[in-house]
Amino acid sequence: MLNIGKIEEGFVLDHIEAGQSLSIYHHLQLDKLDCTVAIIKNARSGKMGKKDILKVECDIDKLNLDILAFIDHNITVNIIKDGNIVAKKDLVLPKEIRGVIKCKNPRCITSIEQELPHVFLLADEKAEVYRCKYCEEKFDKMSFYKY
Amino acid sequence: MRHLMSPLDFSVEELSDLFDLANDIEKNMDKYAHACAGKKLATCFYEPSTRTRLSFESAMLNLGGSVIGFSDAGSSSASKGESVSDTIRVISCFADICAMRHPKEGAPMVAAEKSHIPVINAGDGGHQHPTQTLTDLLTIRSLKGRLDNFTIGLCGDLKFGRTVHSLIHALVRYDNIKFIFISPEELRIPDYITDMLKEKNIAYEEVIRLEDKMPELDLLYMTRVQRERFFNEEDYVRLKDFYILDKAKMALAKKDMLVLHPLPRVNEISVEVDEDDRAAYFKQVQYGVYVRMALILTLLEIKVD
Repeated sequence: MLNIGKIEEGFVLDHIEAGQSLSIYHHLQLDKLDCTVAIIKNARSGKMGKKDILKVECDIDKLNLDILAFIDHNITVNIIKDGNIVAKKDLVLPKEIRGVIKCKNPRCITSIEQELPHVFLLADEKAEVYRCKYCEEKFDKMSFYKY
Repeated sequence: MRHLMSPLDFSVEELSDLFDLANDIEKNMDKYAHACAGKKLATCFYEPSTRTRLSFESAMLNLGGSVIGFSDAGSSSASKGESVSDTIRVISCFADICAMRHPKEGAPMVAAEKSHIPVINAGDGGHQHPTQTLTDLLTIRSLKGRLDNFTIGLCGDLKFGRTVHSLIHALVRYDNIKFIFISPEELRIPDYITDMLKEKNIAYEEVIRLEDKMPELDLLYMTRVQRERFFNEEDYVRLKDFYILDKAKMALAKKDMLVLHPLPRVNEISVEVDEDDRAAYFKQVQYGVYVRMALILTLLEIKVD
């Protein structure tokens, strides 16, 4: 079994759906951080069978929890200090997502209006449905993973 | 400052006030003849829509105001590449209220976000056309005396028809409305609407033949079945006559049933029905002017005693 060492300070994203860690790495823009990042794919999980894990050695404030909640609010966020878990952050579906995902409706004004941010609003919390603020097109979450 | 983007922007109580005002306008046009003197309506129509634009212009002129605007994108600065956000900021300096039609969905909302004057969505692509829904509701309330306790048949293209979808969303806020959806299989009402009705425990039926349900209806909302919606010509030819309302079908209906249609009509209502007292679609156009007058007064916060 492959062993990845502990991090001293930062956060561990646990219980990521297997195969989604790279997508999350990308959307959290971890590639832009100058810190140690460990991407663990297909780790064995009693709960999930297989899971992905991300370990990032940086300040938690640099993490956009709204995006993470939007991607998968079942992900566990462990905050690490001095090599130990000191807190867990609950992920709550954000009411609004601004400038992260794009409206794919070619008839939407966002397709032509200069510098108009793409804004999605939480339309149905139970079903986790987000709709474009302008045209109300439902966001296809599967397309989000195809970065 | 308020805008109108969707028919649901107004609560049921606010709609009731709006319709009271529209009915008062209907009865006392003279009283409102100068209500908007000195005010200007800008009709910013990025795509042609003669009836809606003229209805807005007629409404403002009836109120003693004046009208400026453009009637297609080619004659506006959009043809030079100006954004909607910039255009509305400029228009805000010229006019007191704006009615905007745009082929892109959500364009009037972008305008409303940047505007210093009230913006009315006069139709944004296939998304919303709130003043049509307000027109439909005012027509029903004025001619039926109520917006609750009736069975409404919606007939024709229920899949793509935005007026139908908006009307359903507006009517579910009233008590004891039963919906009967009459359409070919190809143009059935979308599942998200029937799911919403189920969730709210609102009665509905889906049928294919118009004749079968005519005797039950208090209202019949007709829409056009368009040839281009069908995958093949054979299906279109097979189904199109089901949805032509004629004297024979009207004979099956209640004596006080009303026929509505957002217009333009092509051939889905035979002209012989026009003479029937129950044909309300041209009265509907007139109510469209009254409701737009009431809307302009409401958004400009002008009260007439």
